[in-house]
Amino acid sequence: MDFSFIRRFAPMYFDAARLTLGIAALGILFSVLIGALCSVTEYYKLPILRRIASAYVELSRNTPLLVQLFFLYFGLPKLGIRMSSALCGVVGLSFLGGAYMTESFRAGLEAVEGVQREAALSLGLTPLQSMGYVIFPQALALSVPSLVANVIFLIKETSVFSAIALADLMYVAKDLIGLYYQTEEALFMLVLSYLVLLLPISILGTLLERRLRYAGFGD
Amino acid sequence: MRASAIELFSLSSLLSLQNTGGRERGIGILFDGNNFERLMGGLFVTIRISLLSAALSLPLGILFGMLMTRRNPLTKALSRIYLDFIRIMPQLVLLFLVYFGTARAFALSLSGELSAVIVFVLWGTAELGDLVRGALVSIPRIQYESAAALGLTPLQTAFFIIIPQTVRRLIPLAINLVTRMVKTSSLVVLIGVVEVLKTGQQIIDANRFRYPTAALPIYGVIFLLYFLVCWPISLFAGCLEKRWRD
Repeated sequence: MDFSFIRRFAPMYFDAARLTLGIAALGILFSVLIGALCSVTEYYKLPILRRIASAYVELSRNTPLLVQLFFLYFGLPKLGIRMSSALCGVVGLSFLGGAYMTESFRAGLEAVEGVQREAALSLGLTPLQSMGYVIFPQALALSVPSLVANVIFLIKETSVFSAIALADLMYVAKDLIGLYYQTEEALFMLVLSYLVLLLPISILGTLLERRLRYAGFGD
Repeated sequence: MRASAIELFSLSSLLSLQNTGGRERGIGILFDGNNFERLMGGLFVTIRISLLSAALSLPLGILFGMLMTRRNPLTKALSRIYLDFIRIMPQLVLLFLVYFGTARAFALSLSGELSAVIVFVLWGTAELGDLVRGALVSIPRIQYESAAALGLTPLQTAFFIIIPQTVRRLIPLAINLVTRMVKTSSLVVLIGVVEVLKTGQQIIDANRFRYPTAALPIYGVIFLLYFLVCWPISLFAGCLEKRWRD
């Protein structure tokens, strides 16, 4: 292992990790918004919107992110819709993540007992208030474990961004292998970077899950 | 403003039927020559990799899951580390490790397809193992005790009591794992395997002048192909899950 090489190129990995995290953060933010919207649509069984939401979820969950990105990045420009690779990354990740977040929120909403909703309505809360103050907070607490799993999944999925010319961790590693043939060092740094990125989130998720277990009602 | 006006213009010129100067556009590229067969051949490579990996992960995953329920602290720690490492690393990183790493470390030149199968088997074993462990742990102790009280041997207990109860819980999850494998196998294009995405790229590049806008229908169709492969499998898993819930 050549440590001077590692020291020399560590800043490149650092920048790449920052880029990965930035795009992942934006993508996750939008995914959560999309997920919350779609799951509430399905919860209230809104006539047409519900169909659209479930079609979107099926379409996005049954196709790989790489193919979605290729369509966005290479296909859509032929229709005159041009996006930078960073924007493509955010859009693709939100498209994929939104569906997974929808599933998590839906499971959480289904787990909130119907009596909660009835009680909220009988107290005179409007449907919007009862969703915002009573049902959704409980659903959120219930879906935290799968939300954290989705966050980790989405950060992992960002590794395909190198295919649309984003200088992320995979891209840097492949570049260094190609330029210097220092394969062991480049791969070691790659693994280390992902461990540093994902291990804290994974541990934090476990802790959060343990804490939120008390948030449940009754049992 | 100007940029959007230009985009709007190019959009309208694309959609309108004006003189294209000998160029063809649209969906025709799919059925030009043997393009469609080539795409299906590419899809077959993807499916072959994922089905082979799934078939190999099945017995290994069951073994690994049973191993994880052992009380031995060493096996416990080792299997935990293995599972967590595989879980936390993106599959593409694992592919790079096997494809580029083994070449360097052991002077082994693995083909892209073989590295992909190795990675997916390692990954599938870990994931399925965890599912098996979860299913085994969720069987209440009283089931084992009652079986023993009825005079069943351990082998009979496994076959008649435990396995039928775990299998119902496991099969839908295992089927979902297959769709995840099909989706993840799209990554193998990045280690040089010629599968459906690469075939699509080749078709687009070969017809660059006759079909300048080929990327849209080709990638659109690949998107649909993946959907058509994965969706029925997901639906089937969902059906089984619903039927066996009780």
